[in-house]
Amino acid sequence: MAFLDYLINGISLGSIYAVIALGYTLVYGIAKMLNFAHGDVIMVGGYVIFTMMSNVGLNSYVSVLIAMAACTVLGITIEKIAYKPLRQSTNLAVLITAIGVSYFLQNIALIIFGEKPVTFKSVIDLPKITLFDGQIVIKSEAIASIIVSVVIVVGLSLFVNKTKSGRAMLAVSEDKDAARLMGINVNRTISLTFAIGSGLAAIAGALLCSSYPVLSNTTGAMPGIKAFVAAVFGGIGSIPGAMVGGLLIGVIEILGRAYISPQLADAIVFAVLIIVLIVRPTGILGKKVNEKV
Amino acid sequence: MALLEVKKLGISFGGLRAVDDFSVSIEKGDLYGLIGPNGAGKTTIFNLLTGVYKPTDGSITLDGVNITGKSTIEINKAGIARTFQNIRLFSKLSVLDNVKAGLTNKYRYSTATGIFRLPKYFRLEREMTERALELLRPFELDGDADVIAANLPYGKQRKLEIARALATDPKLLLLDEPAAGMNPKETAGLMNTILTVRDDFGVTVLLIEHDMALVSGICEKLSVLNFGQLLCEGPTGQVLNDPEVIKAYLGE
Amino acid sequence: MKKLKIKPSTRSSFTTYAIVTAAFIAVQIMISTGSASNMFKGLLIPFCVYSIAAASLNLTVGILGELSLGQAGFMCIGAYSSAIFSVCTKDTITSAWIRFPIALLIGGIFAAIFGILIGIPVLRLRGDYLAIVTLAFGEIIKNVFNALYVGYDSSGLHFSLTSQGDLNLAPDGKMLINGALGVKGMPQDSTFVIGFVVLLLTLIILYNFIYSSTGRAVMSIRDNRIAAESVGLNITKYKLITFGLTAFLAGVAGAIFSHNLSTLQASKFDYNLSILILVFVVLGGIGSIRGSVIAAIVLTYLPEVLRKLNSDFGKYRMLIYSVVLIVMMIFTSNAKIRGFFAASFAKLKGLIIKDKNTPAKEAE
Repeated sequence: MAFLDYLINGISLGSIYAVIALGYTLVYGIAKMLNFAHGDVIMVGGYVIFTMMSNVGLNSYVSVLIAMAACTVLGITIEKIAYKPLRQSTNLAVLITAIGVSYFLQNIALIIFGEKPVTFKSVIDLPKITLFDGQIVIKSEAIASIIVSVVIVVGLSLFVNKTKSGRAMLAVSEDKDAARLMGINVNRTISLTFAIGSGLAAIAGALLCSSYPVLSNTTGAMPGIKAFVAAVFGGIGSIPGAMVGGLLIGVIEILGRAYISPQLADAIVFAVLIIVLIVRPTGILGKKVNEKV
Repeated sequence: MALLEVKKLGISFGGLRAVDDFSVSIEKGDLYGLIGPNGAGKTTIFNLLTGVYKPTDGSITLDGVNITGKSTIEINKAGIARTFQNIRLFSKLSVLDNVKAGLTNKYRYSTATGIFRLPKYFRLEREMTERALELLRPFELDGDADVIAANLPYGKQRKLEIARALATDPKLLLLDEPAAGMNPKETAGLMNTILTVRDDFGVTVLLIEHDMALVSGICEKLSVLNFGQLLCEGPTGQVLNDPEVIKAYLGE
Repeated sequence: MKKLKIKPSTRSSFTTYAIVTAAFIAVQIMISTGSASNMFKGLLIPFCVYSIAAASLNLTVGILGELSLGQAGFMCIGAYSSAIFSVCTKDTITSAWIRFPIALLIGGIFAAIFGILIGIPVLRLRGDYLAIVTLAFGEIIKNVFNALYVGYDSSGLHFSLTSQGDLNLAPDGKMLINGALGVKGMPQDSTFVIGFVVLLLTLIILYNFIYSSTGRAVMSIRDNRIAAESVGLNITKYKLITFGLTAFLAGVAGAIFSHNLSTLQASKFDYNLSILILVFVVLGGIGSIRGSVIAAIVLTYLPEVLRKLNSDFGKYRMLIYSVVLIVMMIFTSNAKIRGFFAASFAKLKGLIIKDKNTPAKEAE
């Protein structure tokens, strides 16, 4: 029974990782950059929801919508100010800038909200499910995380494959210059990608902080990195891959925490990353990309 | 026995057959041209010969050694060096250091020797500098030895790439469109340089070129590629007058 | 108008050695004349530690062109391994002149082993994996040391990841690492003189490395990986050597750091420290070893002075650093902005000196 309990927790945490991993995968696939600040956008989303609910007194769902809008604007702004000027520069320059943005968000939050973590009130107001005469209790946050992530993955897949903007994203990810020649507005497509990724980060923030109700300025950092691991595990650039990778990482982390050592749970997740990079660097659902010479 | 023996080489990218059933035999000392319309698969063949791509079919033998499927590094050590269609220099290094980087494997000393500046370091560095200047001289680049590669004019950058490739002491030198972007006068100079390289350094040259003045001026033999397949091969004069070749270039 | 012909590489390295030595002498004079404040004296060893850490990180960032966010992790390994060595041997090896150099080497070697272990799977790949893996590595190292209990008694070494009690030490047992409380009882072997000597040695190692065949190969890989392969350079090997050397020197820096503390705690080696060292590298100039040393010293000293003037400054320090990272990268890497500044600079220069022959500059 305990195992089943852990498994459900793992799937629930993994669903949140999947939503975060989607943001990494989209941006990595299209803008070809590792957006280190993605995890911190989650934290910003968390604080927006917290402020709206606790200080303004808004309804939780309205608060999440406001957080989504705020994070979308934030994502687009970050891209325009920090990343766009560096589109022709080296990977190293972009990476360092992304680190700078991530660090900026963490420290701005530190100044505004202080060092002391706040207790986050769950945005989900549903009854929990009790199975086997109370031997297993599934929290409503867990159910919500799983459902929301499935809906997002399906919705995003449909968006990318069926709509004009989505197909423009695919084209830009394949070949930026060719896409431009075909009349696709590359700048707008990249902005759209950041907008979607950041909007999803707000949702992930709501789910993460509801399930683990402690919010501080570094709340997004570790889940962000683990979600990146999930994106690599599933195959970076692949939407279903983000889901598969997210679920696997979530389950591995919770089982590792339970059966091996709570202190080593993070280390186990990164050991998984290293093993994936050795055995199959393209991930489970990723494809090999040939470099132009 | 031929220096380079390519048999039934082929590669597919997904469903696309980029090169199919390509064979060629290049004798030691040849100055051989590989021509064909854009997208015919010429650079892909260079990438196959240098291990950037692994062939799906066929075999490549250099000087009796089978190098099919070997890595770029192993192939370079076996004796093939190349230049690139879009110039690839070590842009922040000096002209001299670009060539010395090419000499690394021939004048090998350990990292510790370098860090502790053992006598071997000074001796080998001096020898490398001398050799590098020797390699730069035929290209009239020895005067620019201290210039940063990225600051060189275009024509000189192309020459530096050839000098760097020669530094690895190859048996076979692959030149990918060496005259691209040059004016007729520069091209004429380049033709002389390529002949000098072949004769003085004793390397065999295989080149891809669109500039027909260069091809007909210095290449002794040609292979023509079209849609990834060999269209025709033979002595230059004969190939260029082949009606099939003219048709491939000019269309019906 | 050829004067004495000195290679630019030689000139650059010896200028740096001269600057560092002159600064050392100046500080010694200040100390002997009593004009150095206590705060300043307390910062002398940190100056050396951060300079070594920053200069060695610049090897990976500037010369190899890869981003490592695990510098604090390597320092942590160096700090702990050397501290444990010194705690265990301080009664048997009584001379600090023998004990401390061994401790420094142990710190460096352990850090290098971890660097190579991480590097083997990661450095053969293209892409930004090194950044994420080193970031994770730094966090894990910190967490593991925070939860690690090590002690020894007559029956040997005992380890635990949960608590001191779990070690089941015999009554004669002694704690080596006490979880989050860390390591105590290191001999205070770090002095400014030793710090200076190690810094100078570090600089000599770095410059000699960069201006050797290996360094040239590494910079070739940085500038064009495909061309480097085409001239037969073994990419993974050179990347590993470079990254291993960076880790080694970071470990040495950590060892100096730990022998300047009464209690060594893993929490000191957090993500902030890795970022701080990256800021030194970026602000000092990516690829400029001398710049890293200067930036490390200035940015270690300045905040302390500013903190004295305004206690609120500490709060904004990290925020300022993050802005510095972003602005520096945009200003140095965006072709248009850089071109604009280069043009204005050239114009300015043309107004001052009428000389058209501006010689090209290599890595400093």
